Amino acid sequence: MSTALPTQTQPAPPPVDKIKVRVNGKDVEVPRTTPDPVSGKPVPTTMIQACFAAGAIVPHYCYHPKLPVAGNCRMCLVEFGTPAVGPDRKPILNPDGTTKVAKSPRPAIACATPLTPGMEIYTDTPAVKQMREGVLEFLLINHPLDCPICDQAGECRLQEYSVDYGQSASRFVETKVHKPKRVDLGPRIVLDDERCILCTRCIRFTRDIVGDEALGIVNRGSYNTLTAYPGKVFDNNYTLNAVDICPVGALTSKDFRFQMRVWFLKETKSLCTSCATGCNIVIGSREEKIYRYEPRENDAVNACWMCDYGRLNYRWIGRSDRLVEVRNPKAEGRRQSERWAAAIDEIAGKLKQAPAGSVAVVASARQTNEELYLLAKLAKALGAVTDSVPRTGASDRLLLNADRNPNSNGARLTGIAAEPMGSNLPKIAEGIRSGRIKTLIVVGEDVTRHGLGADLLGKLETLIVSDILPNATTRLAHYLLPGCAQAEKRGTFTNTKGRVQKFMKAVEPPGEARAEWDFLRALALNTTGQKDAVSIEGLFNQMAVEIPSFNGLTWAGLGDTGATVKIYCQDRGIDDTEQPLTPTETSNIQHRTPNIQSQGAREKPAGATAKI
Amino acid sequence: MSEIHSMEPIPNPLREQPDFAVPPDIAAEIDELITHYPKKRSASLMLLHAVQERFGYVSRQAVEWIAAKLELQPINVYELVTFYPMFHRAPLGKYHFKICRTLSCALGGSYKLHEHFCTKLGLDPHAHGAQTTKDGKFTVEFVECLAACGTAPVMMCNDAFHEDVSEQRADEILGGCK
Amino acid sequence: MAQEYRQILKYVDQPGYTPDIDCYLRNGGYEVLKRVVALPPKTLPNGQTLSGPEQLRQEVMASGLRGRGGAGFSCGLKWSFVDRKSGKPIYLICNADESEPGTFKDKQILYKDPHQMIEGMIIACYANDVHLAYIYIRGEFAEGAKILNRALKDARAKNFLGKNILGCGYDLEIHVHRGAGAYICGEETGLIESLEGKRAYPRIKPPYFPAVLGLYLCPTIVNNVETLCAVRHIAALGGAQYAKLGTPNNTGTRIVSISGHVRKPGYYEVEVGKATIGELINDPIFGGGLREGRKLKAVIPGGSSSKVFKAGERFKLKRRGLDGKETEQEVDMLDLPYDFDSLIAAGSMSGSGAIIVLDDSTDIVAVLANMSEFYAHESCGQCTPCREGSLWMAKVLHRLTQGEGRKGDAEYLARIADNIPGGRTVCAFGEACSWPVQSFVAKFKEEFVARGAADEEHRAQQGTGPAAKRELAASPQG
Repeated sequence: MSTALPTQTQPAPPPVDKIKVRVNGKDVEVPRTTPDPVSGKPVPTTMIQACFAAGAIVPHYCYHPKLPVAGNCRMCLVEFGTPAVGPDRKPILNPDGTTKVAKSPRPAIACATPLTPGMEIYTDTPAVKQMREGVLEFLLINHPLDCPICDQAGECRLQEYSVDYGQSASRFVETKVHKPKRVDLGPRIVLDDERCILCTRCIRFTRDIVGDEALGIVNRGSYNTLTAYPGKVFDNNYTLNAVDICPVGALTSKDFRFQMRVWFLKETKSLCTSCATGCNIVIGSREEKIYRYEPRENDAVNACWMCDYGRLNYRWIGRSDRLVEVRNPKAEGRRQSERWAAAIDEIAGKLKQAPAGSVAVVASARQTNEELYLLAKLAKALGAVTDSVPRTGASDRLLLNADRNPNSNGARLTGIAAEPMGSNLPKIAEGIRSGRIKTLIVVGEDVTRHGLGADLLGKLETLIVSDILPNATTRLAHYLLPGCAQAEKRGTFTNTKGRVQKFMKAVEPPGEARAEWDFLRALALNTTGQKDAVSIEGLFNQMAVEIPSFNGLTWAGLGDTGATVKIYCQDRGIDDTEQPLTPTETSNIQHRTPNIQSQGAREKPAGATAKI
Repeated sequence: MSEIHSMEPIPNPLREQPDFAVPPDIAAEIDELITHYPKKRSASLMLLHAVQERFGYVSRQAVEWIAAKLELQPINVYELVTFYPMFHRAPLGKYHFKICRTLSCALGGSYKLHEHFCTKLGLDPHAHGAQTTKDGKFTVEFVECLAACGTAPVMMCNDAFHEDVSEQRADEILGGCK
Repeated sequence: MAQEYRQILKYVDQPGYTPDIDCYLRNGGYEVLKRVVALPPKTLPNGQTLSGPEQLRQEVMASGLRGRGGAGFSCGLKWSFVDRKSGKPIYLICNADESEPGTFKDKQILYKDPHQMIEGMIIACYANDVHLAYIYIRGEFAEGAKILNRALKDARAKNFLGKNILGCGYDLEIHVHRGAGAYICGEETGLIESLEGKRAYPRIKPPYFPAVLGLYLCPTIVNNVETLCAVRHIAALGGAQYAKLGTPNNTGTRIVSISGHVRKPGYYEVEVGKATIGELINDPIFGGGLREGRKLKAVIPGGSSSKVFKAGERFKLKRRGLDGKETEQEVDMLDLPYDFDSLIAAGSMSGSGAIIVLDDSTDIVAVLANMSEFYAHESCGQCTPCREGSLWMAKVLHRLTQGEGRKGDAEYLARIADNIPGGRTVCAFGEACSWPVQSFVAKFKEEFVARGAADEEHRAQQGTGPAAKRELAASPQG
């Protein structure tokens, strides 16, 4: 039995040992230790973290908060001082009684230098600026300066810091070092070694986070060159994260390259729907077209990574065969604007007349919490049997979950899914076969593939279907209600660990397609007279009051990164473990991307292949 | 497809050596070397030396064999072969002359010595990298400091040091190479 | 009058002396080790008891021994930083990567008296509770590696190495590890990475101080060949007695490698600070002076990384007289005592103890170009300023030697060099590659400017073609 337990108050965490330092004259207090990004063990907090806490800008290339420190780019050099100590080992005081600080004659890299009590860090002195200028010049002398055709333009750290610290003219008159360009590193990645600044972020990510020793540096000195082993394809399921963290345009995504200048992209906070992990993403879109998914940082879920499988699973949203028209047998010839209202009216009329037990509901665990909540309530009022469809695939120990539904826990918590999920489907089939079930509502699933074949569906008096793409079920529907991809609406999902997270609307739905929660609310109103909230915010808040598991949550309170509810599973007990994102057994990491055949590709037209 | 979209494979400067096989004596030596270290990876350089001493160069098959032996990925070994100049990715001549190019030897006439060898052997006196004669007998290479600066100019013929090498001495060395 | 003081080189080059263990034993070899492992615990007046190893460490501290590899850091202090409470094994690595241009002293020891170094190394390991140690020898010393392997085998056979050494219950194993032609492996953390089977990228410090997080992230001591030999002599003499050699804070003996434009290039062991640079260059027992008709132009005093001294340069030095009073004295470069502190005070360093002499036939621009080519070739490429700066400087200097200079190149070079050292890089290679450029360009600026100006003029008159190429220096036979 899977139920939710009310969120319990955690025991107060032990007091954090703090350390006080001064950044550019501003006092800040930061924890003495910070968890290591890979091992999770406490390691001394470094200067750069104190600088961030103080709001001081420290430019950097190789440093990345989620990766082991390399300290090679030297862009984050700062000046610093420590309390002066006399021969008696006691601090030397200034005339005003304050501790005298002795400025170090040498700079330090902020990314790797641990804080010591009373340390003073200076990030804006002329010497620091001059050092940054020097490093930047060194990085640019052999750089191709091909910004006009570079995909990174607009989100390139070389460009950004050149504006801040660069010189207007180059004094380099020597010949540049030439390196391989357009190297086909793997199925999804192209490498331009001339743009590479050798920060090793991609190497560290791939080695230390993914557990795949795929990338390395060959040759020596200025001729150092990033590469994969000749003949070995860089194709683990996380390669595109290397593109994200590449601070320059060296690694580019084959999927995105030359598609769109990034500054034209609208960014929308959303969620990946390809598995139950619920990686937080940013959708990049322009003029109602989606160009890319990128991971969005959420330490409770995906740190700042996502798998290639999920990332590339977006093209189906823009497919030309999307369901864009309401189908209503009696609505032929009606004006478009009237079709939705007529369909909802007619469906409601039929449901009102349906005897208890004659209706069944199959709702996808890809629908949102709000949609499943509305359907569950409606089903309860109708005395309908309900279920969802389990969907599984291979998992890795990083992010890809075996549960390929983004909202299985939502389906469980709202009561739509049977336990175990899918176990009611044979009962529904039997009900239709016996003639007891006469009306079937299907939201977001092709039930012909899950035991409710065309022969069974043909026996129904009324088949009401909502979906996004055409399939065997939609073809048989009496009423067809075109729905929305997550990118086209707002809502929440509950991930595998009980994290309730919301997503925002990036693009307009095509044609007559309409957010499911919106028309389900209308359907419930017309059928049962129940008045649900008219906004997604209101609907979520209403659900949070009515469903015990969600008690205490509010739409606003979810923020950008969500809130965790407790999930009780029979076999695991309370699962609220939030482990650091670490490959515990690297051999289990999926080194190849599973075929993308999630929402988009599953019911693809014959002949089309999912190409990535 | 436009030119800009065309892509190239990962450059591969490693030679193929289809008949690569580690003979038992080297295999035994390698197994012994690995025991010298608490972590196998440490033995990388020693294994590369052992393989190169036998075959004269480090091939793709050798890189992959060493990686497997040390439970590493080939890239780990490939990174080393390209970093340490003593490892060669192509067979060299039977006699490998390394002439020191660095300051004390340069002051002592090593550029002239290098030129002398190159001229005698029909190689380019201005090229600094390893050059091998067509018959595969000699390789001449300008290398950095060999730590014998007091007896400049200094060179090595394979593993043997030759110090205070005049042109006459150079000719004797050449003459001694059968 | 400065004299040689052959302590480490006592037997080296003596007729009949061979690197065999028997020869070493006949000349008192391993006697110090036998005494050391038999040292009983000593109780101090305050009741504290010092074990044998602790006493040894105290002796090394008292000896004032400074590392002979290049940095001149106190050996006793280095040992004192070792984290002895981590529960992890402590490693010792002998740095036999001798690679600083101009230096050829360790090779003499390794090839001609290897057991002296091995005995010193065993003593150092015993003093630091080390049970596994490595000799990292540069790849080109293939013959040296063979000699060492033979010596280790012989020492093992006589139970100076291995299990239960000389019955004292102490175990130690030493292995030879060969480098493969990378200068950067002389940097101790680069050496450690190389020994771990990786590219010799020096580690960032903090946090990777070898004494705490060295080989396999365990506490590690890296000592130079000559330093370890000195440890043997300290163990033999006692720290206080050893400290009487040399001068205060610059104790003991060290081997100076002299090369370049002198009549008698070679290695000479002297008490530290007891001979001046001038004596080392000119005395008949040392360098023997310049060639006939030549005058001194410059001296590179401590390996090619050290800042150059120009002939006639004068420095103000603080000197403590016999009465203990400190006086300031202006001295000619040649009168600088060849020790650690005087050379640092004069803005350079004694580094690895390698003096390279340049006479007035030398083309300074070509010399710097030669050195810069070395550094560009040897930069590991890990961190930005060194990776990009070392090759950039080499390219500029190459241009200047090819008749394609510009008047402004001196300034241009200096500005590139200024962006590399001073803590901007991961390791001291940043200093090593930029100090020569900074000092050559500053001290011989007129030559660089004149070269560039001449090239510009030539191009103006002749079109764009380069001016004539020039020789590095008058040939040694000339």
